[in-house]
Amino acid sequence: MPIALTVNRKKVSVTTDSDKPLLWVLREDLHMAGTKFGCGQGLCGACTVLMDGQAVRSCQTPISAAAGKAITTIEGAKALPQGAALVEAWQAIDVPQCGYCQAGQILSATALLQANPKPSDAEIDEGMNGNICRCATYIRIRRAIRMAAGLPDVTGDAA
Amino acid sequence: MSLMPELDRRAFLAASVAGAGVVTFEARLALAANAPQAAAVPVNVFVRVDTANHFTIGAKNPEIGQGIRTMLPMLIAEELDIGWAQLTVEQTLADDKIYGVQTAGGSNATPNNWLPMRQMGAAARAMILNAAAKEWGVDAASLTTKAGVVFHVPSQRQAPYAAFARAAASLPAPDVAKLPLKSPKEYTIIGKPMVGVDTAKIVTGQPLFGIDVSLPNMLHSAIIKAPAHGATLASHDASAAMKIKGVVAVVPINSGMVPMGSHDTLVVVADSWWKAQKARGLVKPVWNDAAQKGLSTALYEEQAAKALGAAPQVELAKAGNVEAALASAAKVVTADYSYPFLAHGTLEPQNCTGLWQDGKLELWAPSQNPANGRRETAAMLGIAPEALTIHMTRIGGGFGRRLLNDYMVMVGQVAKAVPGRPVKLLFDRTDDLRHDFYRPAGWHRLTAGLDAQGQLVGFKDHFISFGKDGKPVRAAEMSAFEFPTNALEHMQLGATYLPTNLGTGWLRAPTSNAMAFVYQSFLTELAEAAGTDLPDFLRRLLGAPRELPAEKGRPALHTGRARAVIDAVCASADWRGGHLPPSAKGEKRGRGFGFYFCHRGYFAEVADVTILADQSVRVDKVWAVGDVGSQIINPLNARHQLQGALIEGVGQALIEQKIEQVAGAITAESFIDFPLARIENAPREIAVQFLTPDFPPTGLGEPSLPPVIPAIANAIHAATGKRLRSLPLKLA
Ligand code: FES
Ligand code: FES
Repeated sequence: MPIALTVNRKKVSVTTDSDKPLLWVLREDLHMAGTKFGCGQGLCGACTVLMDGQAVRSCQTPISAAAGKAITTIEGAKALPQGAALVEAWQAIDVPQCGYCQAGQILSATALLQANPKPSDAEIDEGMNGNICRCATYIRIRRAIRMAAGLPDVTGDAA
Repeated sequence: MSLMPELDRRAFLAASVAGAGVVTFEARLALAANAPQAAAVPVNVFVRVDTANHFTIGAKNPEIGQGIRTMLPMLIAEELDIGWAQLTVEQTLADDKIYGVQTAGGSNATPNNWLPMRQMGAAARAMILNAAAKEWGVDAASLTTKAGVVFHVPSQRQAPYAAFARAAASLPAPDVAKLPLKSPKEYTIIGKPMVGVDTAKIVTGQPLFGIDVSLPNMLHSAIIKAPAHGATLASHDASAAMKIKGVVAVVPINSGMVPMGSHDTLVVVADSWWKAQKARGLVKPVWNDAAQKGLSTALYEEQAAKALGAAPQVELAKAGNVEAALASAAKVVTADYSYPFLAHGTLEPQNCTGLWQDGKLELWAPSQNPANGRRETAAMLGIAPEALTIHMTRIGGGFGRRLLNDYMVMVGQVAKAVPGRPVKLLFDRTDDLRHDFYRPAGWHRLTAGLDAQGQLVGFKDHFISFGKDGKPVRAAEMSAFEFPTNALEHMQLGATYLPTNLGTGWLRAPTSNAMAFVYQSFLTELAEAAGTDLPDFLRRLLGAPRELPAEKGRPALHTGRARAVIDAVCASADWRGGHLPPSAKGEKRGRGFGFYFCHRGYFAEVADVTILADQSVRVDKVWAVGDVGSQIINPLNARHQLQGALIEGVGQALIEQKIEQVAGAITAESFIDFPLARIENAPREIAVQFLTPDFPPTGLGEPSLPPVIPAIANAIHAATGKRLRSLPLKLA
């Protein structure tokens, strides 16, 4: 049975095992490699996408649960106003190191700003705590989220 | 100090053999599928220019997040004298015969490439100038350049480099050693903050990493390894797995040779990784693991405790008469320190893609050391190293894990089993944590004597780690010149090595990440016994500016440079000792100091911590001052590397990072058992400063990490009076 869903505003249909995680459907069936596999255990956030506006771990989301849903991945994040502002801030201050976690970081941050346009420092940490960055780009993740939210710049590296 | 003596000659040979229009360094990254512009002309193997005067610059080293894909091209572009916006960076193939050393390790890329990469840019520029001089009938010395344009001011002529590229490529190569290089004040690229060349692609989700490699008709594979490291395969039954639609093969591979630590593995090959992964559960292997089953963390602890009380197995270093010095000391301080095995936990799990065809192997390898991978894979397959073509992908974190190339050796064998079809091999997270090459655990019994004036007069360390026949396993060695023992008249370092079945390996700032904790913590104990603090005690030990004795061929600690970073961080943090008033909520707070020299870099760091109600520790702020030579090449990336290293240090110090073993097998299954630092662990502020004395530029990804760990331990001691001597640090 083909499963129909919307990915980055495009209708797609996939025929696959119904328990195959959305992550692997994106990567293997839809050839969209932007969403990353970090743990497959729901613990790192590298696979974060938006499903009907909510941040979900695509490694823990069977494709059957995504049927009929609207998915936003990193490839389409810029189509959302918060996503566009975040991508721009991320680039301006060069958040990534290896870059592997960053798709998930940006999607989690998008969900955070959608729910809370002016988050406090504590709310940023809380909203982003599910996303591991092994390179530890956290100082700049905080700063980029503040920039995208139009909050005063706090570099985190002032003497 | 050219560490690539052969590079200059080969760089031009390859370019001229290739001839105009042929691209020699195009890494045929299938995932990028960027067809090179047909008109691009290679001037040497690192520089191509197209008819629109746009440049393609070859980046030769593996990018693991250290920023090398941006930094090496900055060096070339600077001396080529082009604008940063005029170039595109392209990864070269892995081929050390053409490109020289292509390793991401040891913070060596800066010192090794600082000169040769600038020379490659200067050489390309000189050849363009020579071609222009010939065409215009003028003296090359009368020409100037700017932003990729050649000027002849007297005749008011100018033309883009592209106009001369073809002619330049056929000119003889200049003597690179004689080429003049810019003075630092002429730099337009070096020393400027440059955003990473891949940043725009990363934030829009473009496929860059090894795991993203996608080739037509590609197969996927998942691995089954013996839980007990080093076990061999007795037998297996794959019949149930083979019945699953999409499963193509179950391949037993022999990885019992190189690199050490790999072992017999079963690989399930399918048309989807998800399917291969699921089918793994249906394969029934039987392992020969009797020899490994007895090994465990508990056993190591027991053996280490016993060894500490006995005489060392081997002597590492000895000077004077330490026993006499201790006997006559006014005060003797002794303490035991220890630290656990650690995994790397790169966020991109280990993977590699291979294609076996006509006796040749093509690899897409996220490797920090592809040259070793080539040798090892070729040896395993019994083919010539030249039969391998190796593409370097961007890498989702290295930290030393990918200096060892088990995934290349493995996928080579899998590819050979499915000839003609590309196949990707991918570890899952549990595989990745359980089949790492671990930072070896270690124990130290330290004894030191102070005279009545508080001077250190004798020092002894019995170091316990892992090894065989009196030799340490990989990354378990200890330097015979550990500071401050190399500055003392009476000292003795001895070691005992316990047997282990675990593969061990280098973790960012290997050995130093552990030694800094042990030595800088213990020196703080000594400083206190001497009635002073660590910075002051270190100044006394360092003494007058000079180089301390070091291992032959290894960088020596310069006491003047050490002293300068210590003084500078004390000034920036306004250091007045470890005492801090409690927080507004009444929580205890403390401040700690740490210094370390490794990988040619000097770092002194101060950390402020708060002890929270549940006895957990929060690092509030870190100050770091580094000296990695006269020139910070990319100041933006330099700051980022430091932030990352310091937070990684917080992770090693505070969040229960340890790898444990039961019945020969690693127990960690997920990021719960082996946590990585999260945003909540990141200090609010990290203040970074670089001193730039007149020494050659060196690397900073590693030397910045070690001091923060003892700084945190010392801060906890300042806050609570408790001296924590075992990593990870735990108050309750
Ligand atoms: S890959 Fe989904 S949370 Fe880690
Ligand atoms: S940038 Fe490397 S894991 Fe985040």
